[in-house]
Amino acid sequence: MTLLLQFLFSGLTTGSVYALVGIGFNIVYNSTSIINLAQGEFVVIGGLMMWFFLEGMQFPFSVSFSLTLLTAAVIGLIMERLTIKPLLKKGDLLLMIMVTIAISILIRGILMFKFGKDPYTYPAFTEGEPINFYGAVITQQTLWVIGITVLCIILLYLFFNKTMTGRAMRACSINIRAARLMGINVSKVVMLSFIISSVIGALGGIAITPISLMEYDKGAMLSVKGFCAAIMGGLGRNRGAVAGGFSIGILEALTAGYIHSGFKDAIALLIMLFILFVKPAGIFGKAEIMKLRKF
Amino acid sequence: MLTLKNLDVYYGKLYTLKKVSLHVKGGEIVTLIGSNGAGKTTLLNTISGLIKPSSGSILFDGVEISRDTPEHIVRIGISQVPEGRLIFSTLTVEENLFLGAYVRYSFNRKREVIEEAERIYSLFPKLKDRRKQLAGTLSGGEQQMLAIGRALMSKPKLLLLDEPSMGLAPNIAREVFQYILELKKLYGLTVLLVEQNAKNALKIADRGYVLETGRVILEGSSESLIQNRDVQRAYLGRDLDAEERI
Repeated sequence: MTLLLQFLFSGLTTGSVYALVGIGFNIVYNSTSIINLAQGEFVVIGGLMMWFFLEGMQFPFSVSFSLTLLTAAVIGLIMERLTIKPLLKKGDLLLMIMVTIAISILIRGILMFKFGKDPYTYPAFTEGEPINFYGAVITQQTLWVIGITVLCIILLYLFFNKTMTGRAMRACSINIRAARLMGINVSKVVMLSFIISSVIGALGGIAITPISLMEYDKGAMLSVKGFCAAIMGGLGRNRGAVAGGFSIGILEALTAGYIHSGFKDAIALLIMLFILFVKPAGIFGKAEIMKLRKF
Repeated sequence: MLTLKNLDVYYGKLYTLKKVSLHVKGGEIVTLIGSNGAGKTTLLNTISGLIKPSSGSILFDGVEISRDTPEHIVRIGISQVPEGRLIFSTLTVEENLFLGAYVRYSFNRKREVIEEAERIYSLFPKLKDRRKQLAGTLSGGEQQMLAIGRALMSKPKLLLLDEPSMGLAPNIAREVFQYILELKKLYGLTVLLVEQNAKNALKIADRGYVLETGRVILEGSSESLIQNRDVQRAYLGRDLDAEERI
C-alpha cells in the first residue's frame, strides 16, 4: 500500500510535466492547427537556463525564474517569426510540422554545445522535511510541481474562455480567413500562442529539474509523452491533456515499479495506440468536433 | 460611400477582375450578380483587404483603402459575411457574436458588446435560444443568421454579403433576404450583396451590376435589370425570344 502510494505520487510528478507539454501542444494547435514538435525542448530550456542563471550566474531565485521564462519566451518568439510566419501564408501544415522537428534538433544541438552532455540540477524551491503521507514520502518539490501545473491550467482556462484575446486565438484555429474578417490579427495570435506554449514548457522544466535532473536530450522524449497526453485527452482540449498527462505519468510509475523500468517508455505509446483505435477523438474530445477539424 | 475605380486584381496568375468600377451610395442595397467564377467573391475579398489589387483604387467615404489591412478595414466600418458563412463551428453561438465585435472590444467596453449581442438576439430570436450551443450544430439558415449577426457586431456602415442564400432551402433563402431588407430599414445599413440567385437579389436591391469573367458588363436599377433580356436569359432562367416565338 505504501509502495503504491509512493508510485502514485511519483507518477503525478512526472505526469504534471507531461500535462504541461501536452497543454503546450494544444495551445499552438488551437491557434494554428500545427503540432509543435519542439515543445519538449522548451522544458529542457527551462531546466538548463534556470541552472545557468541560478547556479552559473548566482542570481537570486526570483530573478533567475523570471529570466528563464523570458529566455523561453524570446526563443519561442524567434522560432515563430523566423520559421512559422513565412510558411503560414502557404498554409502547408505538414511542412510547418516538419520545420518544428528541425528546430527541436537545432535547439538540442545548441544546448549540447553550451551545456555538454551532463545532467544538471539545483536545490528544491523550498527546503524542509518531506511530508509523510500514510507511509509514502512526498518531497516539497513534488507539491510545487503539482501546484504550478494546477495554477497553469486554471489561468489558461480563464484566458481562453473568458478573454477576447483567448477567444480570438481559438477563432484562428477554426478558420483563419473568417478570423481575419473579424479584424483579428492572425500573425499576432500565432506569435502569442508560441510564446505562451514556450513559457509553459519552461515552467514545467524549472519545476521538475530539482527532482529528475535535466540534460540536453530529454526534450524529444518529453515531446513524445506530452503528445501522447494531448492525444489521449483529445487534441486541443486542455482538460484532456491534464488527464492524459497524469494517467500516463501514473501508469509509467506503476509499470516501472511493478514490472520493469525498461517498459516504462513504451506505456505512453501503447496508451496512445489504444486510444486511437478505441476513441480517436480522445477521452474528452467530442466526435462532432473531430469531424469539424481539418487536421 | 464606396467607390471602386478601374480595379485590376490578379488571383495568383489569374487575371480575375478587369478594370472594375462600381459605386455604392449610403443607404442603398446594391447587388452584384454573375455566374460561378465571374470574380464576385474576389471583388468582396479585395474590398475587405484580404487580396491586394494590382492597380485601381477603392475609396470608402472618400478615403483610399486598397492598401489597408483587413483589421483596419473592419475597424473603419466595412464588415463581410463570407461565402459559405465560415462561422466558428467549435465555438458557441455567443462566442461567435462576441468575436464579431473584436475590433471594438476593450476591457471597459465589455458592456457595450454584451448590449450589442442582445440587440442581435432580439433580431434573430432563434440564436438566443441556442446561445450556449456550438455554432456548428446550428442548421444552415441559423448559421447564416449567425454569420450576419456576427458581422453586425462590429457596427459596420457597409455590409458585404457573399452568397447568403448558398446551400439554403428556397424558403429559408427568402427568409434571409427578408432579414437583409429589414436590416437596411432598421439600421440604415448599406449593403453590397453578391448573389448567384439573381431573382431574389434583384427583388430586394435598389441597383445592380452584372459581372462576367471579371468585367462589369451591365449596370442599372433593379427594375431595368429584371426587364433586360440578356439578364433574363442568363440569370433569371427565362428566354423571352423563345417565348415570343411561341
